[in-house]
Amino acid sequence: MAGFDKRVFSYEQAMEGIEDGMTIIAGGFGLCGIPENLIAEIKRRRVKDLTVVSNNCGVDGFGLGLLLEDRQIRKIFASYVGENALFEQQMLNDEIEVVLTPQGTLAEKMRAGGAGIPAFYTATGYGTPIGEGKEVREFNGRPHILEEAMTGDFAIVKGWKADRYGNVVYRHTAQNFNPMAATAGRITVVEVEEIVEPGELEPSQIHTPGIYVDRIIQGSFEKRIEKRTVRS
Amino acid sequence: MALTREQMAQRVARELEDGFYVNLGIGIPTLVANYIPDGIDVMLQSENGLLGMGRFPTEDELDPDMINAGKQTVTARPGAAIFSSAESFAMIRGGHVDLTVLGAFEVDQNGNIASWMVPGKLIKGMGGAMDLVAGAENIICTMTHASKHGESKLLESCNLPLTGAGCINRVLTDLAYLEIKDGAFILKERAPGVSVEEIVEKTAGKLIVPAHVPEMTFEESA
Repeated sequence: MAGFDKRVFSYEQAMEGIEDGMTIIAGGFGLCGIPENLIAEIKRRRVKDLTVVSNNCGVDGFGLGLLLEDRQIRKIFASYVGENALFEQQMLNDEIEVVLTPQGTLAEKMRAGGAGIPAFYTATGYGTPIGEGKEVREFNGRPHILEEAMTGDFAIVKGWKADRYGNVVYRHTAQNFNPMAATAGRITVVEVEEIVEPGELEPSQIHTPGIYVDRIIQGSFEKRIEKRTVRS
Repeated sequence: MALTREQMAQRVARELEDGFYVNLGIGIPTLVANYIPDGIDVMLQSENGLLGMGRFPTEDELDPDMINAGKQTVTARPGAAIFSSAESFAMIRGGHVDLTVLGAFEVDQNGNIASWMVPGKLIKGMGGAMDLVAGAENIICTMTHASKHGESKLLESCNLPLTGAGCINRVLTDLAYLEIKDGAFILKERAPGVSVEEIVEKTAGKLIVPAHVPEMTFEESA
């Protein structure tokens, strides 16, 4: 009886069921808190025509940038892209469709998607190209646009620690989009640095309750730094 | 003389008040953190999910899990809080941040701002800028007053695609400090040695010039 034990023991098992054309919601901000091994597994499986929802798209050769190498991403929803030459080239050649989405709206689309709210009004983007073609409604004398929630076939998430039941805590600013992504997947896969026994995590400190999580895997991480800034 | 980047940051820092939660954008706004006046405490918000951004880390403190919205490695100051992106933008959209400072390509007399997209050039995205300008009541835009070719960036109406509509009320350029109110720029201060005439000439939008426009002053060390 597995009960609430969400553990899997290989990355192959972790991404079991991913297919061409699926939508993947990914946690991470820049290279911080990205599910780097789950992304590598998606690359290994060579699935294509993916729609990816992520704040950024990695860098050349790391993170979601890996999925550009074999043109696995057909469409991406992101707030900031183009840190990588390959992305820029595919964007200019129309090989990848980019839906630029304000960062807060992107976070809320994931949050709402996971929370069963199909759409929400926001002032963000009104009067800009982002608001074009979207329903407008005035609240308290101010125009807002209607934005739709997003969910994915898979959500891929990077946590710090989890217990076997899939309760997850994140470390520092590696939290970012991960908690929302975790709620928005039909299948949510979380990779963590350490899996602990139920009871070891303080219940009131859990960021992502296990109910959202389908699979947990323990991995090791490169944690590449994008902009290394130090003081002397 | 036009203000240097450091002087612009120094001037903006005078708008900080004790107890302010402040979001600083990339570029000149980031430099504002170096000029927080003595005797006041401000808490810096970084939209990737950090309230209470501290200094850059030492080599020993360097941590890949600890970055700011510019993706630089940072530290958290004592009393900092860390949270999700949804929580972060709840603070921003909900109007809880006391002051936002960000750069712009153009602003206009109706408080519109264009800061993220130049058609024909590679578009990288708006990041959190659209949420920040939509959510903040109190925004200072830092920018150069005119292009290198002398074309004004303070316009009657923005030419570039907008980041936000009707949301900017204060602008600090390298030449002047202005407010935007009732469809016009109001000249409040001028950079040391910069004439009102030059500012008038380089402002394409409607500009109201009060009888007296004080000159900004800076300490020698700046």
